[in-house]
This record gives sequence, structure tokens and C-alpha cells, in this order.
Amino acid sequence: MDLSYGQKYEEFRMEVRSFLEENKPLQSESPLSSGRRQRLVEWLSLQIEHGYWARTIPKKYGGYGAEPDLLETVIMDEEFNRAGIPRGMSSQGPSMLVPTLLEHGSEEQRLRWISPTMRGEITWCQGYSEPGSGSDLASLQTSAKEDGDDFLISGQKIWTSTADRSQMIFILVRTEPDAPKHSGISYILLPMDTPGIEVQPLRTMSGDLGENSFNQVFFTDVRVPQVNVVGKRGEGWRIANTTLKHERNSLNANSEGTMIKLMRLMERETCNGVSAMASPVFRDRLMQLQARSMAMKFHAMRMVTCSLRDEAPGVAGLVTKLRNCQLNFDISSLAIDVMGELGALYDHTPYERDLGYWQAHSFFSLGLIIGGGTAQIQKNIISERGLGMPREPKPAKA
Amino acid sequence: MDFGISEDQILLEETLRSFLSDRVPIERVRELRHEDCPNDPEIWQSLAELGMTGILLPEQSGGSDLGLLDACIAAQSLGHAVTPTPFLGSAVMVPTALKNLDHPEIGTWLSGIASGELRFGVAITETFSVREGAGLTISGGKISGKAMMSWDICGADFILIASGQDRLAVVRSDAEGIGQTRLATTDETRCTSELTLENVECAATFENASESISRMLDAGRIALAADCLGACEAMIEQAVAYAKERKQFERVIGSFQAVKHMCAEMISELEPARALVWYAAHSFDAVPNETPLLACHALSHVSEIGREIASVSTQVHGGIGWTDEQNLHFWFKRIGVARGLLGGPQWLRERAATLQGLDKAS
Repeated sequence: MDLSYGQKYEEFRMEVRSFLEENKPLQSESPLSSGRRQRLVEWLSLQIEHGYWARTIPKKYGGYGAEPDLLETVIMDEEFNRAGIPRGMSSQGPSMLVPTLLEHGSEEQRLRWISPTMRGEITWCQGYSEPGSGSDLASLQTSAKEDGDDFLISGQKIWTSTADRSQMIFILVRTEPDAPKHSGISYILLPMDTPGIEVQPLRTMSGDLGENSFNQVFFTDVRVPQVNVVGKRGEGWRIANTTLKHERNSLNANSEGTMIKLMRLMERETCNGVSAMASPVFRDRLMQLQARSMAMKFHAMRMVTCSLRDEAPGVAGLVTKLRNCQLNFDISSLAIDVMGELGALYDHTPYERDLGYWQAHSFFSLGLIIGGGTAQIQKNIISERGLGMPREPKPAKA
Repeated sequence: MDFGISEDQILLEETLRSFLSDRVPIERVRELRHEDCPNDPEIWQSLAELGMTGILLPEQSGGSDLGLLDACIAAQSLGHAVTPTPFLGSAVMVPTALKNLDHPEIGTWLSGIASGELRFGVAITETFSVREGAGLTISGGKISGKAMMSWDICGADFILIASGQDRLAVVRSDAEGIGQTRLATTDETRCTSELTLENVECAATFENASESISRMLDAGRIALAADCLGACEAMIEQAVAYAKERKQFERVIGSFQAVKHMCAEMISELEPARALVWYAAHSFDAVPNETPLLACHALSHVSEIGREIASVSTQVHGGIGWTDEQNLHFWFKRIGVARGLLGGPQWLRERAATLQGLDKAS
């Protein structure tokens, strides 16, 4: 056990910190709103130049070209967090497509897509789930039929975040209808303005069509060149699984900041002249959450250490998403309980607390319990891969 | 940056676990529960030979001068094997309290603990929980009163007793005026007694010992959390192993999602709690100003997940899990009784809030 980072890393931390202090005015809070696009591109380019974004992506693909160093990543995350500045941009292009291209893409695809994606010039959405294929994703039916050098794509995708404002989509389609379900899928890139694509917004329980927009996307004979396939035809399932791994890693939200916000709320929120913090009942629930939040923080440090030591984390490495998502939901539940009847207020109504943050956070964290592999799918993974329990047998065919 | 246990700590764990599975298997625990007291002097002596009783003691006392994290690895292994032993009191709490106090006898006592020749009982419950008219007063080198739920008094050579929040005394267990009543507990791996003292001559008394008392209680809480964590670990292992063997409806029950999800829930609670206990133990030696809060959170959190794990892993076994013969109840009760010791989750959480000044809100 040694929790110091050492001099080299502390110097790196100071560099990051002074960069953030100098450049704070440049940060863009809302990367996706169109009016701010140019500022976002400038901000991301500046970060790449200093190595705080696209740090380990090779220079020829528009990155900074540093060797991977997990502690540097941890320090950058901590310092950006501390400064209250989002690191780079959170979007499915940088977090999911780019790692996939680096692992499976052709040289041409990497040269063409990685740099503009990391600079925020292109926004991507992800076309995986379908109305009939949720947890059983490999049963997806959107088809891509060969037509000369092209494919013609037809079908429907759902739960497609930011489809209404993305220039590109990475999508899973069935290219080999006669192959077994896992080996008939291909991973394809295509522009969202291709004729035959229709996007319909899907209103979620949060009522929000803003930052976290959700959509259905319909494809009718959408023509895409076969060279847009990533990896080999029929290997899309395996490739997508590397992408899903990146998604699960990106859902490890830290709850420390939310806990502090909750404590501030409990100090302010009064009923019958007494603050929520003065209530032993609410305080007890707060302390339960604080212990869980700390446990997840130290668990994350343990996972970082496993990577640094090159040790397999075993079952411990599979539980993070399940526990963090539930914790975040429980934190917002206490916040809403603390407000009593005013917990009902929403949508910028008078007396609404923290601008409706807690209600939105509650809806959003419920979404995360389901999205990116439901809690139940997570438990299958934990018990099968982590505890070596047998898979559910397939029902006998009638 | 390295957040995890070291190779030496892994070795310590392997050594202790292999000793325990060899020498104190569950069959031995079953025998010991029929003794007057389950604390077997032979186990204590063997633990001394393995360097466990002196784990926190300096080399000049014959100890190995390790930290609380090492002691917690040991406690976790003892909980995993539901071993009856006065380790928590005698090897963790008493050395923590005494090693920074001043008295001519302390050197002898600590050497005796390290060599296994001496065992201490502890009577400290009244520092946080006064019930049944208990309470102790020290006056003119003599101690009087009543201590409830004292640990490991049978077979102890000395007893460490707290009086109020800031005074400690050591008495010989055979001193005149001491009355002991063994209290049967659901957990048959512990020795618990009521102690009455009438003008008992103290071997040593310590004034202004509040810092020693709170360090002792923090160390005890963190090590008890580790013990409980080890017991939880063992229960999950048994539940998973049973689910892979037991067949119903022509399938092993571990292939049913209902059962798999019970196991996944348990392990997903256990693993982050392990990191919390590690950090709390690490803080005790490295960042002591953080320890009081972490000790509260570690023990109350492990108590909460422990109750669930103890119940669910028994349920995975179905009816057989409820029988005496299956032995699961030893772990279930060890976890259940730990929940009430050294404060209990509600009290610990209120203390956690107080330590952060949150109770001052109006």
C-alpha cells in the first residue's frame, strides 16, 4: 500500500493544474450545441497540443502520441474534475468508436476518422439496439444486402443517443443472413445524411430532448460502400464487444461530487424550521451512502492498481457498473426524499431545488442501470465469468 | 501509487489460512463449542508461533512490528475460518492501547502477548454503550462496578478495563473481588461475560487515556470489519459451490438466474467493501486523522452487507442451510453478533456524522 504518486507524477499534476488555470475561460460546457462547435474544436485542439486529450493516440492519426500511462490518465481525470472542467468531450465517438478503430480499423479508416472525431469536428452516434434486440443484441435484424460494391441497409435502430445531431453513425447490421447469429453481423460506418435514413426523437421519462437526446433511426435501402466495414465482414459481433467494453469502462462515474452536493442540499433544506441534516433519520441514510461512495472510490483505486501491476482483477473487475449505477440512483432518491412534497417540482417551476438537478439525476441514473447492459445482464456476467456459474441452458426446440 | 495488498501480505494470508484449514477445521470448531469456553489455548499458542499474536508489537517485545492492514489480513482469515480466538482483543486492541502508555509492567505484558504466554480479556463496552446499570469507577488504585459483554475473560491472565472515556485499568483476572458470569451468545465461537468488580486491586491504571481508548476502539472496529468480511467471503464461497452441485428440476440450481443473481449481488457488495476495509486499515498507520471516520464507515458498512450476505447465502442452500449439520450457521451468527459489537451500525453512523460536524446542523 503506497498512495503517493512520486515526484515525476506530482510534477505532471502541477503542469495539468496550471494549464487548466490558464485556459479555464476557453472551456465549453456544452460540446454538442451547434453555436459552440467552433469553440469546442479550438478547445479540444489546444488540449491535444498539450497532450491532455487524445494523449496516447499516435501523431499520424492526429493525437499527441504519448505512451499509455494509466497514472497520467488518473491524474488528468482528477485535475479536470477538481477544476470542474469536463475533460475533452464525452461522446460515443472518442469513447467508443476511436478505440475500436485503433484496434480493428483499416489504416485508411484510422487516417480519415480519428483526428476529426477527437477534435469534435464530427459527432458520432451508435446504432446497436433494435426494438426486438435489447439484451439479446446478437439477434439483431437490420439487414445489409450486397448490391455491387455497396450494401443496402434496411431496418430500425433504437435508444440512439444524439442521432439527431450526429454527422456519422457506427452501426451493427446483418450481412450474412444464413450464418449463425453471432457470425452474421458486420460493423459499418456511414454518414447520417445518406438518403433513406429517418431520425425520430424518442422522449424519455426525463422529458428531456436536450443534451441527452434519444432517438429511433429508420433505414430504408440506405446505400453504403462495402469498404466502410470495420474489420472483416461477419466479425462485427466480436468487434462490437470491444466497443461495449469501452462503454462499460466509461460508465464508472465517481459519486464524490454528487455526495457533496447532497450534503449541501441537506444543510439548506428545511421543514418545520429544522434542516434535513438535523434529522437523525436523514443523517443515517446520508452516512450509509457516504460509506458506499467511499467503498466505490477505493474500489476504483484498487482496479487502477490491478492494471498497473498487470494483475487480473477477477470478479472484482466486473461489479463496478452494477454498484455505481445503483449508488447514484440511491443518492438522488435521498435528495428527493429530503425535499418532501417539494420533491415533486420539476421543469423550472418556482421553488424547484438545484434547478431540477436531482429529479433529472434520478431519471438519468435509472437509465444507466438499464443502459449499456442491464443490471440483470451485469449479474449474469458477474456470476458466469466471475463466479464460474453455468449459463442458463437453452430451451429445447419444440 | 499502489492500492492493494503486498506479496508479503498475500503470503501471510496463505500461511494462516492453510494453518487454519489444517488445524482448526470446522469439525474442530464444532467440538470447541461444547467446551466451557471456545477459546482453545492451543490455537492461541499456535497463532503466537505464526507471529500473529505479536503482529502489531515492536520487535523489542518479540513482535513483528507490522501494521493494522496486516492484522486485518489475519483477522479476515480468522473470520473466514470462524476460529474461536481472543485475537481481536488480545492481539489488536490491547497492544494498540498499551504500547503508547507508560507503566513498568507494560513491556512484560506485551512480550507475553507476543510469545503467547499471556492472554488479555477486554471490558470496554461501557465506553460507548451503558446498559443494565453497568459502569466502572477507579479510585485509589482500586476498581469497582460492572462491565457487560466483556470479551475473552475465561482463561485470560489479565483484563483491560475502560472506565468512562478517558481512564484505563489492567487487573489480574484472579484478583480478589472479581466475579465473572459467562453469558451464552448466539455466536458459539466467542467468549462473552459479565464482569463484576468490588474494590479490585489494579495492576496498573492510566489517566487521560482518551487517545489510547479511541485508537484502541478504531483498531478494534476495523479489525472486526475484516473478521466479518472474511466470514462473508466464506459464506459466498459455500453458496456458490453448493449452487454448482445441487440439482433440482434436472439442472444444477446455479444455472437458474434467480440463484445466480443472488450470488452476483453478494459478491458485488463484498468486493468494494474489501477496498473500504483495506483503506481504513491503511489509514490507521499512514493517515491517522482519517481513521476515526473510516473505522465507523468500514464496520457499519460491512455490518449492513454482512447481514444480507449471511441471509442470502443461507437461502441459496435451501432447507439444508438451516440445519445445524451444514455448519453455515457458525458464519451466520459470527456476522450477526459482530453487528452489535463496538457500537453497532446506527451508532457508528451517528458518530461518523458527528466527526464531520453534521450533527451541529439546526
